[in-house]
Order: sequence, then C-alpha cells, then structure tokens
Amino acid sequence: MYSASDLKKNLKIQIDGDPYVITEFQFVKPGKGQSLYRCKLKNMITGSQFERTFRSADTFQPADLQEKRMQYLYPEGNKYCFMDLETYEQVYLTEEQLGDEKSYLIDNLEVEILFFGDKPLGITLPNFVDLTVTKADPWVKGDTAAGNSKPATVETGYQLQVPPFVEEGEKIRIDTRTGEYATRVKD
Amino acid sequence: MLPVSKISGKNPPRKKDNLWTRARIIQGIRRFFIDRNYLEVETPVRIPAPAPETHIDAVPSDGWFLHTSPELCMKRMLAAGYPKIFQVAKCFRDKERGTHHLPEFTLLEWYRTGIDYWEMMNECEDLILFVSRYLGLGERIRYRGREIYLEKPWIRLSVKEAFRQYSPASLEKVLEGNHFDEAMVCHIEPNLSCEKPVFLYDYPVSLGALARSKKDDPAVAERFEIYMGGLELANAFSELTDVNEQRIRFSREQEYRRGLGKTTYPSPENFLDALHDMPESAGIALGVDRLVMIFTDSDTIDDVVTFTIEEL
Repeated sequence: MYSASDLKKNLKIQIDGDPYVITEFQFVKPGKGQSLYRCKLKNMITGSQFERTFRSADTFQPADLQEKRMQYLYPEGNKYCFMDLETYEQVYLTEEQLGDEKSYLIDNLEVEILFFGDKPLGITLPNFVDLTVTKADPWVKGDTAAGNSKPATVETGYQLQVPPFVEEGEKIRIDTRTGEYATRVKD
Repeated sequence: MLPVSKISGKNPPRKKDNLWTRARIIQGIRRFFIDRNYLEVETPVRIPAPAPETHIDAVPSDGWFLHTSPELCMKRMLAAGYPKIFQVAKCFRDKERGTHHLPEFTLLEWYRTGIDYWEMMNECEDLILFVSRYLGLGERIRYRGREIYLEKPWIRLSVKEAFRQYSPASLEKVLEGNHFDEAMVCHIEPNLSCEKPVFLYDYPVSLGALARSKKDDPAVAERFEIYMGGLELANAFSELTDVNEQRIRFSREQEYRRGLGKTTYPSPENFLDALHDMPESAGIALGVDRLVMIFTDSDTIDDVVTFTIEEL
C-alpha cells in the first residue's frame, strides 16, 4: 500500500482495477491549505491519460505487475508470439503494444515481458541486439564525400545510419535504447 | 555580476549568481525596513506551542517545536509596545517538499500597528519595487518567459470574484463540497500569472485562523495572498485581536487536526494573554526563497538555496 507522500514520477499504481504509471508529478500546497499531490497518469493497458489531484490521506494499491523472461517465436498477422521457456506457455502482443521495439525482434530473441495479472502489456529488450545487414551501399575507399555514415537496412527491415565500412551480410550490434549502431560483430 | 557557474568540488551544483542575488535581496529588504523605522527582531526558533493551524505541521524538538513562523512571538512584541517590527527567519514545516517547498525555508515577516490589510498592500508594492531597484532591475522583470510589471497599483482581485471568473463551480459550492484547495490549485492559481502581481483578498474565515473577520461580513477574513507570475509569495492579515474569538478559532483548528489524526499542540497561552494588549495591526509573511526564485527567474526552490535537505 502506498500513501500520497510515496507518489512520484514513474510509480505504478492500481486505480479502478487498471494499472497506471505516473508520468508527471507535482507537490503543491496553496496558502494555509492542505498538501496536494497533482499527478498525470497513463493507463498502461489503453494508453489513455488523465490528471488527478490526491490528498495526503489517499492510499494506493501498487499495480500487480511482474516481468517474465520469454522468447520471441514468430509474427502472426499483426500479432507477435512469445513463449515462456520453462512452461512453454505462449502469449501474443500486438504491433501497437510493441511500438518501435518490434524493429529488433528476431527469431529466438529473449526479452522481458511485463504482465498485469495474466495480461501482457509490453516488452523490455536486451540493451544490445545483433542483427545482419541486408542492404547497404558498398564502401568506396577514399570516398570522403560520403561523410561519416551511410544508410543501411537490417534483417528486420529496420533502417539506421552505419559507418561507411559496414558491408551487406555483416552482423552489427544495435543499442536498442537509442536505436543507434554500436559496433560490428564477428561471428 | 559574476558569470553563471557551478560551485566546484563535492558541493552541489548551484548557480553562483543566484546566491549573490539572494544576499542582495535580503540586504535590500533590511535597507527598506530600516529606512522606514522598523525594528529588526529575532524571536526564538524553538517554542513550546506553535499556532494550531490544521494544515501546518511543526517539527518536534525535544518536547517543544521548531517554529513554523515567528508569528506568535512577534505579535507578543506588538502587545509589548513595539509598533513596527520585521524579522528574516528560518522556519520549519514538516514534510513540505516540492518545486516551491522546502521543509526548512526563510520567511520575512513584518507587523505594523494602526493599519489594516488594505493599507498593508501598499507597503508590499513599495517593498518589492524597492528590492527590484536595489538589484538594479527597475520596474519590469522577467519570470518564466513573461514580463511582470511592478508599477503601482497591482491587481486587486477578491477570492469571490476569482471564483466567479475562473472556477466552474461557485465559491459556495466549492466550500460546501470541501474542495477549496483543489479548486485553488486547478482553476484559480493557473489564472493568476498576470502582467502585474495580484493581491487575492477576502478569504473565507475558515481559512485564516489568525485573521480578523470583516465587520460587515463575519464569514470573510481580512486576508490576502500575493501572487507574482503565478507563484504564491506572501500571506497577510488584519490581525485578529479578539482573544475570545481567537480561542474559538484555535480550538476549531485543534479539532480539525484531531479529526485528521494529526498531533495536537499545547495551547499558546502566553500569546493568548498578550492579545489583550495587542493594538489593531496588520502582519504578513513573505517567502524569501520564492522572492529569490522570481528575481533570478528560477523554476525550482532548489536553485536558490545553498543546500537542499536531500544534499545534507
């Protein structure tokens, strides 16, 4: 159980049966008045946002959230299938729930899936993912006009800027937090 | 002025300019009151009985309390025959922490006999203008991307009128539903970021335990708050000098505190005794840290103090 003074940005609480994350937080206290806690909350299932002002005496249930390690299997329509490696239980996440993170999904990638009860809400990728370059312009030695980077496409269809020396068929490591090239990987 | 820089070494990053401005502001405040023949006083920080206000919690100190404001001691000085007094005091309020709050902060309080809250407004205008000129800033300052004009007269807006203009529910409805604070924060305060500072005046009497009520309307207290650039800066009263009325107000506040499960404080008997001798006066508490925020255009109170509580 949380009290109002525990409220802060990124805290996850349960309201009317749904999990919410606090996206903005402010402590206020109008002259001679009581302490108030102004929050912007985002519903972690629907994504809808609203503002609410709480009082000191208000209490909150923590959202019943847990993370499970699962393996990515395959896409199915606009859904993506993941499997628990211990129980072989399978869950589906929609394209919408994955957002930009689907750019890094390759077969057998292990990710953390966030559950509210038995409902999957989203995934946390490893910080780095290795992907094969499927398309990149060839490197012309001595060509300085091309600058320090060039566009490339990896096996998932994701496009990014890579250094000029990166060639088609090579494997590169991408930082999933920034979406940027990190280094080349030798198999 | 020195260039904006950080205090080096293990100390927290703090804009050096802000601390220079802070010192100049406090020097300017002293100059203003000394020129007007006010006596600067220092009253004890550790006291046996703070004013029992519902929503102000004192920090306990070995059986006594750290003062939440020097109000009670300063009023005893009015009663003792000092007609014009001011104090720059460190005050302590438990569990108040936010972008505009620190549990240890600096209040400027001044009291003057023979005037009421309306005349006190003039002195507030004079003080802020004086400090601004003392800093070399003149009559226009910039705060949070907007200009504030300090020329007299500032805006005078009654609480009732503010609710009529800005609140979806009337003042009566809001008080009835016990949502005054929420309405202030959500509907009124966001509209007080005006081109001039605002005196928001005439509060419901239940929200000013130490304020005199109006002669023609006992439900209204002669109280005002100053808002500058939307930031609440000061709270003033025509002081309540009727000891019986003061006792009733205090016991009501104690009642509220008990109802909320809060500590109740011993009755400040020496203060109540002194009220018999206290002349008609007006008094005000002004947040010095917030004044520094405005003059240094700072978004947070953290940027205008040497160390915050978390940095100790």
